[in-house]
Amino acid sequence: MQDPLQLLDIPSLLSDEERDIQATVAAFLTDNVRPRVGRWFEEGTLPRELAQELGKLGVLGMHLEGYGCAGTSALAYGLACLELEAVDSGIRSFVSVQGSLSMYSIWKYGSEEQKQEWLPRLAAGEAIGCFGLTEPDFGSNPSGMRTRAVRDGSDWVLDGTKMWITNGGLADVATVWARTEEGIRGFLVPRGTPGFSTRNIEHKLSMRASVTSELVLEAVRLPESAQLPLATSLRAPLSCLNEARFGIVFGAVGAARDSLQAALDYSGTRIQFDKPIAAFQLTQRKLASMAVQVNNAMLLALHLAKLKEAGTLKPEQISAGKYNNVEAAIAIARESRTILGANGISLEYSPLRHANNLESVLTYEGTSDIHLLSIGHALTGIASFR
Amino acid sequence: MNIVVLVKQVPDTWSERKLTDADHTLDRESADAVLDEINERAVEEALQLQEAHGGEVTVIAMGPDRATDAIRKALSMGADKAIHVSDEALHGSDVLATAKVLAKAIGTVENVDLVIAGNEATDGRAGAVPAILAELLGLPQVTQLRKVTVEGTTIKGERETDEGVAFLEASLPAVVSVTEKINEPRYPSFKGIMAAKKKPVSTVTVADLGIDASEVGLSGAYTQVLEAAPKPPRSAGQRVEDGGDGGSKIAEFLVGQKLI
Repeated sequence: MQDPLQLLDIPSLLSDEERDIQATVAAFLTDNVRPRVGRWFEEGTLPRELAQELGKLGVLGMHLEGYGCAGTSALAYGLACLELEAVDSGIRSFVSVQGSLSMYSIWKYGSEEQKQEWLPRLAAGEAIGCFGLTEPDFGSNPSGMRTRAVRDGSDWVLDGTKMWITNGGLADVATVWARTEEGIRGFLVPRGTPGFSTRNIEHKLSMRASVTSELVLEAVRLPESAQLPLATSLRAPLSCLNEARFGIVFGAVGAARDSLQAALDYSGTRIQFDKPIAAFQLTQRKLASMAVQVNNAMLLALHLAKLKEAGTLKPEQISAGKYNNVEAAIAIARESRTILGANGISLEYSPLRHANNLESVLTYEGTSDIHLLSIGHALTGIASFR
Repeated sequence: MNIVVLVKQVPDTWSERKLTDADHTLDRESADAVLDEINERAVEEALQLQEAHGGEVTVIAMGPDRATDAIRKALSMGADKAIHVSDEALHGSDVLATAKVLAKAIGTVENVDLVIAGNEATDGRAGAVPAILAELLGLPQVTQLRKVTVEGTTIKGERETDEGVAFLEASLPAVVSVTEKINEPRYPSFKGIMAAKKKPVSTVTVADLGIDASEVGLSGAYTQVLEAAPKPPRSAGQRVEDGGDGGSKIAEFLVGQKLI
């Protein structure tokens, strides 16, 4: 069985169109990205040109309508995330941040002028976007943010620091969330605005094929037109995160599938004691258990996609998906790595790279703990963290 | 400029391809079916010509029901419409019958200026259909091209051979076949994929095309496969000990294999 998702005949749950979109993304990545990603991971870089290649494919903001976006179903977007993360979580993160955080925040909360100015360029990958919510001292608790925006005549003046911002150092425009006298508001900060600078975070042990940065805002003066007019509370950035988490629910399945596939291939050809190690019961137990888990994770993702398309998807349901699928994926990536023996620690094989990347996915966009507390809140009616 | 592109669904070249025991025809169940890669290039060339000269691109495929997947791929790349010739009677057709059916199907498309095909399919590998088709249609054939240009009513092409490059020219309408050097096919866009299912695909039988079922299929074939055996496993290579003359021995080997 080449694809472990064949175990439960997952493709039979998809339409022709969804399968075609998934196959197109997979073919593009196999030809253009997979051969290069190991080097990016090793060097800790992500080339800017990749944005235009992904833009040409149509994957940036693919689930949004208009402004040069394809307007696919949520499920098609999820399947694209799956294939992207099967290559590397860093690539999927780039697309998640561009499409679901940067573009979605503008698409959902921006003015018509802001949409016209940024969305077509972001969709084409000619411009890169990022999303600044997290701060050095405020991760799980963004409501405590210190970044401030103060009115000065018709302008706004922003001060503060954002941390762990994917695409920050690459971005042409940052969606920055700040505290104002009226509550939390969002602002579009173009690169080059005086007082706005970024610094890339080096020496990462995870998510290396991805640019992660600090955004520094020192008396950044912005016109009134830079504010996102429809974002009026912390609910706005949280709704963007729910979009991105939906992509992670599928993406995690991709990293898990790719890890398991590597373990399956390896165990079929690695000979010990005169037989392939796939013939040993302990190895088969690992493979079978992982295959069941990855299929379960996929069924959960498909169910959430159905709810999303019906417009009824609740935050705690996304929490259930993000928690379950990322935990499952990191366990599968680590277990797959054990099947590869010493070779498992080489960059040549994907499982340990996936496992290392998933350490970031485990805690970004809501840690597993916070997602469990969100589920706990839904179950008991008691918010444990407020 | 109206262009017809001939496409074929073939077993994926990465999978093990087999013939059935019953009648030595292609075992379609044993392998994943895909749009033949050379046809993706044929579609790409048609789309590029359409972008330069306008007109409509029609895809024609002859094959069983599931060939709709290959047709959909061509439509999602950007072709405008498709004709799918699907008929049980076609099972086991040889190149002559195939060309006859395709010629009739092309006849149902109005004002065709150009027919583009791949030079040969990865499954049958006869490479004869484009030439036979041109003969049946009474059109000039400009085959095995690595480059195509259209100027007014003239088509020009470059054919690369072992002996050199031939520059060919014909007046339209004409039949062209392209090699894998012609272009790099595009990936279908998501918008293209979503639009594909709304594009017209007419499914026709051999009777619809005015062909008697006895003229096609296994019974109407001029050739017959009597037996088939799997390729023998690769044998161990020949070992050359280098006693100072290793270079010339390698050269001798390559000359013997007609590689240099």
